[in-house]
Amino acid sequence: MKRFVYINDDESSQELYCDNRISNRKYTVLNFLPKNLWEQFSRFMNQYFLLIACLQLWSLITPVNPASTWGPLIFIFAVSASKEAWDDYNRYLSDKKANEKHIWVVRQGIRKHIQAQDIHVGNIVWLRENDEVPCDLVLIGTSDTQGLCYVETAALDGETDLKTRVIPSACMGMDFELLHKIKGVIECPNPDKDIRRFDANLRLFPPFIDNDLCPLTIKNTLLQSCYLRNTEWACGVAVYTGNETKLGMSRGIPEPKLTAMDAMIDKLTGAIFVFQIVVVMVLGIAGNVWKDTEARKQWYVLYPIEGPWYELLVIPLRFELLCSIMIPISIKVSLDLVKSLYAKFIDWDSEMIDQDTGIPSHATNTAISEDLGQVEYILTDKTGTLTENRMIFRRCCISGIFYGNESGDALKDVKLLNAVAGSSPDVVRFLTVMAICNTVIPIKSKTGAILYKAQSQDEDALVNAAARLHMVYVNKNANILEIRFNGSVIQYEVLETLEFTSDRKRMSVVVKDCQNGKIVLLSKGADEAILPYAYAGQQTRALVEAVEQYAQLGLRTLCLAWRELKEDEYQEWSLMFKEASSTLVDREWRIAEVCQRLEHDFEVLGVTAIEDRLQDGVPETIETLRKAGINFWMLTGDKQNTAIQIALSCNFISPEPKGQLLLIDGKTEGEVCRSLERVLLTMRITSSEPKDVAFVVDGWALEIALKHYRKAFTELAILSRTAICCRVTPSQKAQLVELLKSCDYRTLAIGDGGNDVRMIQQADIGVGISGREGLQAARAADYSIGKFRFLKRLILVHGRYSYNRTAFLSQYSFYKSLVICFIQIFFSFISGVSGTSLFNSVSLMAYNVFYTSVPVLVSVLDKDLSEGTVMQHPQILVYCQAGRLLNPSTFAGWFGRSLFHAIVVFVITIHAYAFEKSEMEELSMVALSGCIWLQAFVVALETNS
Amino acid sequence: MSSNTPSSSAGGVGSADAAAPRRNSKRPKYSKFTQQELPACKPILTPRWVISAFLLVSIVFIPIGVVSLFASRDVVEIIDRYETACVPQNFSNDKVSFIQSAVDKTCNRTLTVKKLMKQPIYVYYQLDNFYQNHRRYVKSRSDSQLKDNSSWNDVSSCKPEDMSNDQPIVPCGLIAWSLFNDTYNFSLNNQQLAVNKKDISWKSDRDKKFGKDVFPKNFQNGTLIGGNRLDPSVPLSEQEDLIVWMRTAALPTFRKLYGKIERDLQPNEVIQVTLLNNYNTYSFNGKKKLVLSTTSWLGGKNDFLGIAYLTVGGLCFFLALSFTVVYLVKPRQLGDPSYLSWNRNPAGH
Repeated sequence: MKRFVYINDDESSQELYCDNRISNRKYTVLNFLPKNLWEQFSRFMNQYFLLIACLQLWSLITPVNPASTWGPLIFIFAVSASKEAWDDYNRYLSDKKANEKHIWVVRQGIRKHIQAQDIHVGNIVWLRENDEVPCDLVLIGTSDTQGLCYVETAALDGETDLKTRVIPSACMGMDFELLHKIKGVIECPNPDKDIRRFDANLRLFPPFIDNDLCPLTIKNTLLQSCYLRNTEWACGVAVYTGNETKLGMSRGIPEPKLTAMDAMIDKLTGAIFVFQIVVVMVLGIAGNVWKDTEARKQWYVLYPIEGPWYELLVIPLRFELLCSIMIPISIKVSLDLVKSLYAKFIDWDSEMIDQDTGIPSHATNTAISEDLGQVEYILTDKTGTLTENRMIFRRCCISGIFYGNESGDALKDVKLLNAVAGSSPDVVRFLTVMAICNTVIPIKSKTGAILYKAQSQDEDALVNAAARLHMVYVNKNANILEIRFNGSVIQYEVLETLEFTSDRKRMSVVVKDCQNGKIVLLSKGADEAILPYAYAGQQTRALVEAVEQYAQLGLRTLCLAWRELKEDEYQEWSLMFKEASSTLVDREWRIAEVCQRLEHDFEVLGVTAIEDRLQDGVPETIETLRKAGINFWMLTGDKQNTAIQIALSCNFISPEPKGQLLLIDGKTEGEVCRSLERVLLTMRITSSEPKDVAFVVDGWALEIALKHYRKAFTELAILSRTAICCRVTPSQKAQLVELLKSCDYRTLAIGDGGNDVRMIQQADIGVGISGREGLQAARAADYSIGKFRFLKRLILVHGRYSYNRTAFLSQYSFYKSLVICFIQIFFSFISGVSGTSLFNSVSLMAYNVFYTSVPVLVSVLDKDLSEGTVMQHPQILVYCQAGRLLNPSTFAGWFGRSLFHAIVVFVITIHAYAFEKSEMEELSMVALSGCIWLQAFVVALETNS
Repeated sequence: MSSNTPSSSAGGVGSADAAAPRRNSKRPKYSKFTQQELPACKPILTPRWVISAFLLVSIVFIPIGVVSLFASRDVVEIIDRYETACVPQNFSNDKVSFIQSAVDKTCNRTLTVKKLMKQPIYVYYQLDNFYQNHRRYVKSRSDSQLKDNSSWNDVSSCKPEDMSNDQPIVPCGLIAWSLFNDTYNFSLNNQQLAVNKKDISWKSDRDKKFGKDVFPKNFQNGTLIGGNRLDPSVPLSEQEDLIVWMRTAALPTFRKLYGKIERDLQPNEVIQVTLLNNYNTYSFNGKKKLVLSTTSWLGGKNDFLGIAYLTVGGLCFFLALSFTVVYLVKPRQLGDPSYLSWNRNPAGH
């Protein structure tokens, strides 16, 4: 499906596509009431309450004033409706502000100031510096002579570094006047939500230059909600408008997560409902029998001989109403209230503020705090989550010579400094690749110092290290790069950039040396993506060793390579690349294929080793949480050795002989299968021994295992407490979460980068670290924390307390309703099973609201054990994990307790108030006060502080 | 996931510049509440604590139980069940037709005083198996009509005794209609024993619930006569028998105050009771009893409270004792972590 956008054509596309009116609203004024009510009534509990309330309108059967049900019901509905309405109104206001913003747009060849909502697809939109982009645009002109502009995409993906955007080659060099009159067509896919992809083509109509197809990528677009920075002006063609923009499409209500506790409470509610039906049926039948045998003899009751047709139903329905309080209407409100308090406690916690940045922790999802206490598996990312993601260049190996091995810092290695000073050709080439094989943008600050804006921390580390070694990347002016080396300035022209993808695992640039016109391919990438493609004669053994050695130390390695290209080879390839770049289907795959044709016969220059330090307190946190019975899986895109080293250093796995690592590898189905079987066998044998067994699997083997041996792999997952999965893709991370969830485990996924978002959204609980890779993960997550070590507090303190408190609160809510209900049932036995209510409506309401629902709220501050005790004995979390505080048997305990208490209150009351004191109102008040005192006592007894 | 951004415009208005101050303001204010550090006392239930708590309860409860049991024992009661005895021999097989016939219902009973009865002596009638708490019955009244003359025709809640001869009944409803109509006359040594029927109802009822300007109207005029008739010239606030009756009982066995005898009765005195056995309890096998009772500070004769206190106190004492024995025989060190479940059984939780 494609969309054809005719540039600057005022008529054709107006009807076809929506205008730029942004609407995030769920309701309109007219449909608010019906829609909201419909939503609320789609929940079973609410339907039940409505049915009860309607039945109460029938005065023949109602035991109490209908107001006692209608009041709370209307209150609850009003509260949640007005909350929705308020949210929607705020959304409306912010939409309105965005929609009515004034924007310069070309209409009939003239620039006009119109409201943002009137932009149509095909319009040319002009923006000034620091303007917000109103809709998705294809860039066609900027103030920059090279056709560059800079955007900040923080609102879109949370990354704060500036990104460059470039105008398509076809529009290059057009002046102001021409841009007003430009005509053409853009062929682009239908709106989607992928903010990293835009595979489209542009064709300008004559008389504008040529009518060649010009490929467009995401680099040629300005997406809605980005900001234009460091560029005087820019203009673009609107391609997606309104809610069809990339941002608009990716919006959407995430599926609400249901906690294990909520599910349990629902189940218990169902059980109580069944119990209630049974009671109603039994009492209803008993009531009808008693009526026919006894009540007819009681002349003062004056039963008519012949009743209406519904007579048999009257008594059961009365009992239904009498018993309806068994399911407390207040439970939903109380639970919502305390849950939002738990979330606030997390936000407020001063011990979970990141001291470096001052960012407090935040609970985005306020409804799932209890689940934190029931986590069984934690799936964690490595880089930026366990480590600081503060990359520092530590060592390197250039053409077989190791630098930085003695001091641990290559930048201080005299050997290397000497080599640099002597301009040893190998070292110079190595440094050149370090400095320019990247997508870094150097920005000169006012003081003259050069700042680098890099999207990847590795590139940042490499460029900075190169600069310290006197290879300074000074300036980037369109395609011309300037490098200063030992005082001389070298210029390169960038011909192509072959971008990094997680599948290719390398990136390359093709540059032309401006002095001698030589074309060179510079590459850097993972060892397995570079070393196999070295030219036939190169000895790579030293490099392999270097990679091994660095990985042993837990360093991240990158191989740098280069190749000189012949002019015609490049030209030929360039055409293919252009063609691949302009395909609409499978563009990424086609490009990867074309890149492969160039990236071979490398001369591998050397290996860099970058250190990424562990965050503070990571080993302790992991140890504590493992003691608490939580299993850890590490899912990383890094290579196996590095992952294992990091795992060792942060207590993830124990070294031999206490621990044992089992490897699953293999390139083919058969190999993986055998390896899997072997590991499984070992697992089964050792599962009884107190030994730390972990399995290690890489992305390739995982792919095969998940596809063909899912059952065996699932068994392995259940058996093993620790796993390291390396070289995994984002979707594999999500698949692993899915796998664990399908085994009924509560999973928590923690990560910091965009590649963890899917895993975070998939898991029962997603925790994002608001780290250096942007806020993408933190935004997608249910909880965002500043440092990995806060996870300990989040789970052991907040999760555990939340679980305990909710367990008490929910069961207590049922208990107190059951007490009063049982008393009513007992009373019906001495009132001729006629369905008389012992308590009047006001007492019932006061009991349910003031006397019981409000006092029990103190339990949100209840602490059964002090925070220190829990941290000392994390094993206590097992109680929460196994759900020992809220399950059918504890509930049965509360049920029995309510029955017992009801019997005690009832028996004491009717005996103490027998004979001359036996008066309805007196008795009811005494029983009620008995209940209230009892409730106060129970709450005081059950709260632990 | 940008769904959390409320809208495109709210995303970040110059977020780079605004970020720093906003972060600072987001930093939560420190307070004991927000940090969940409010002071709390946390008594640890050590054996000593538990034992002394149980002891304390038993020390408080047992005397209370003893005192209230004595108070209840001090009350002197004379109970006379008369509904069977007051049916003549020839009707004994068909009591219902007796009560519905027009024969003379007068019945003489003799009561002997066993112990000294101090005044005031309360006269009750006790009904058994009479469901004043039946739903149909308990709801069949109109409080507004009883209170206020102006709402005399507010009888909607009184069904089926709301209208008679197309006129509203005052007082309406099943409760008023079935008003108890046995009467008692006491004589001692052939001397009339005065029964004070004043102030037998609650004062608040007389003042607030039953109007001084509400007079019985169209009462017991229908085809079915229930219980007693009312004097149409006396306002409801002075019809104390009605007021007492209208305070419905919560249990099927109940006593209602009939009057007070305001003199002491000596032991072995014999009281002659002449009663009119009008009220029909025969159709549902209800019992009728005449009760004369003195009171103590605790009210009438009721052993339950004293026994309950004694039981709980005794139980607590027993528990305290057994805990003490366990504590002395098999003491265990407090706070021993080796008792924690994961330490006791390290293999599995």
